[in-house]
Amino acid sequence: MIHILKNRILKGVVTKHIQLGLPKEIETTGLELKSLIQKRFGRSLHIREVDTGSCGACESEIISANNPIYDLQRFGISFVASPRHADALLVTGAVSKNMLTALKRTYEAMPEPKFVVTCGDCALDGGLFKGSYYVEGAVKDILPVALHIPGCPPSPLSIIQTLLEFLRRGAF
Amino acid sequence: MDCSEIISRIKKKLPDFNPISISQNYSEEIYIRVDSRVFKDTCLVLHKILPSPVMMLFAIDERKKLNKFVITCVFMDVKKSQWVIVSMDIPQESPCFDSLAKSIHSATLFEREIWEMFGIEPRGNPDLRRLNLHDEAWPQGNYPLRKDFNGINGQVLGEYKFGRVDGEGVFEVPVGPVHAGIIGPGHFRFSVAGEPIINLELRLGFTHRGVEKLFEGKAYPDAIRLSECVSGDSSFAHSLAFTHALEKISGASISGQAVYLRGIFLELERMYNHANDIGGIAIDVGFSFSAAYASIIKEAILQLNEKLSGNRYLKKVNAIGWVLADIDDVKKQILLNSLKSLKQDFKELVKMLYSSVSFMDRVDATGVLRRKTAEDLGVIGLAGRASGVPMDLRKHFSRIYKEAKFKMAIQESGDVLARLRVRISEFEESCRLIEEFTGKLSKGEKTSVNPELKQGSALGYAEGWRGPVLYWLKTDSAGLIERCKIVDPSFHNWQALSYAVLGEIIPDFPLCNKSFDLSYSGNDL
Repeated sequence: MIHILKNRILKGVVTKHIQLGLPKEIETTGLELKSLIQKRFGRSLHIREVDTGSCGACESEIISANNPIYDLQRFGISFVASPRHADALLVTGAVSKNMLTALKRTYEAMPEPKFVVTCGDCALDGGLFKGSYYVEGAVKDILPVALHIPGCPPSPLSIIQTLLEFLRRGAF
Repeated sequence: MDCSEIISRIKKKLPDFNPISISQNYSEEIYIRVDSRVFKDTCLVLHKILPSPVMMLFAIDERKKLNKFVITCVFMDVKKSQWVIVSMDIPQESPCFDSLAKSIHSATLFEREIWEMFGIEPRGNPDLRRLNLHDEAWPQGNYPLRKDFNGINGQVLGEYKFGRVDGEGVFEVPVGPVHAGIIGPGHFRFSVAGEPIINLELRLGFTHRGVEKLFEGKAYPDAIRLSECVSGDSSFAHSLAFTHALEKISGASISGQAVYLRGIFLELERMYNHANDIGGIAIDVGFSFSAAYASIIKEAILQLNEKLSGNRYLKKVNAIGWVLADIDDVKKQILLNSLKSLKQDFKELVKMLYSSVSFMDRVDATGVLRRKTAEDLGVIGLAGRASGVPMDLRKHFSRIYKEAKFKMAIQESGDVLARLRVRISEFEESCRLIEEFTGKLSKGEKTSVNPELKQGSALGYAEGWRGPVLYWLKTDSAGLIERCKIVDPSFHNWQALSYAVLGEIIPDFPLCNKSFDLSYSGNDL
């Protein structure tokens, strides 16, 4: 316990302590996002993530967006364990034939209103895996996709910024 | 001569051994071509005398030119730092061979893969269910890695049959493919009697994208990009193993500077993943403060990667004979300063974990994988070392690591704590190695390599953070890839998980799983 307390005090607020050159925009982006989300979703935006054939890098960056440095959750966006709790579905990876049914069922299990976001170049059109015998194609051919976050993989900051742009447009 | 030495050792066990041909390629690969009737015996002998698990076993379709399939089995000889590669021809009229699975467990999954991808039957393999081509999505009789495959025929779909455990009070808990976390897809079928798990069957393949087929016909710059996306958390190890194979084929020499740069990047990749996993183990026992602490360390390394190479995941760094990201004096200083603070943070993290009694209680003696089981299954890499299997490609095959007096991390107990300890030692060792390598970087040395791509085949390898990443490549006369076989250590190690959890309770499964942290995409390909 003593180590935890010591490190808590020594580290302080992580975003200030760590010399990583964190851009200022993350704060403004996030706060803006929070008020938008509060307006549009009542209180918070819940996202369910599904990997349909990703290499794992997108997952790693989505997890990073939730670390204490980017801390997506403080702005009212959280990742949930079940599609039943979700407002949005975040899909990563080219759609493997094996994941087609699971993807559709996950979407069907979500309550209305709902929207789909794709994350990473593979999810847009198959990316490097386009044309493979086992890739179904783009997510947008299977589900209605409202937003795409580009990148291979997209950085945590670009995940947050793209979400903000989208919510500001109110296009869902 | 190493060739004759290995042959005489085989002959001691197999007096009539008479290979069709023996050749030594690139000083570390010994190719032995044998008749299909003695292939099995030869493999059994090598498995025992080296000793080595089946590191790779795969087929090549050469029916177009030579009317045959070729099956190749790769063993590792750590004592001599060489690879022993046995191959046999299979006539296209009768595509089958004698299964090794009953004698060498590590061959089992490879044989199932050969069966589903090429339609070559391993006679005597007790389990021929398909791995990656799921019965619900892919009709039988379509073999995508055959060269003449051109689309699916037939529509009859089936259903996968799970093994069943019967008995009073036994019930099944199906989990997946979509899991609760932000993680890849896989299906886990637990059979439980009361609390303890009595059987776990893994069904993977959900992220199968047909990677090996996509490599075929590709030229090398595109192919390197593809290798980086095979398993996203091991981009560098995969591209390194791939370029290694290409460098052997093209005969490109690697500049001294690039060798050390690669060492640095390989260790950075290991460090961010180990930090990630240590945090993951902490979060899976509910110790969120140290998990958050570990994620700060991970993020710091990812940002360091970006500063050094321009990419957080070290993509677009490797090239034939050279590394596209150079570390100059300014970057060197950034690297050394970051290492200093990383080491300090990591020390605090370890202190927090070790001084928490409840944390230690959860990880100690949980998810035990015994050495015998690990060896029988052919478990390699980090998970193997945690169970006392002393094998690390860096130790056995790498000059720069030998120079730096690399110390292999090893534990005996095989539990979650052992895997944690191996990670901790490796993180610390990586810091030291990077400092060593950084000291060796010379100024201004730059070679531009214009590789001459030609026909050939070679084995490329790298010790990624999970374990050995292997690429076997065959190129045609234009230098395009004809066959690329990839083995991520996850392919060997997933089976170990279903043994490690036996007797544990389901709530400890995420902890056991995280302590292995195997790749879904690297396994499924």
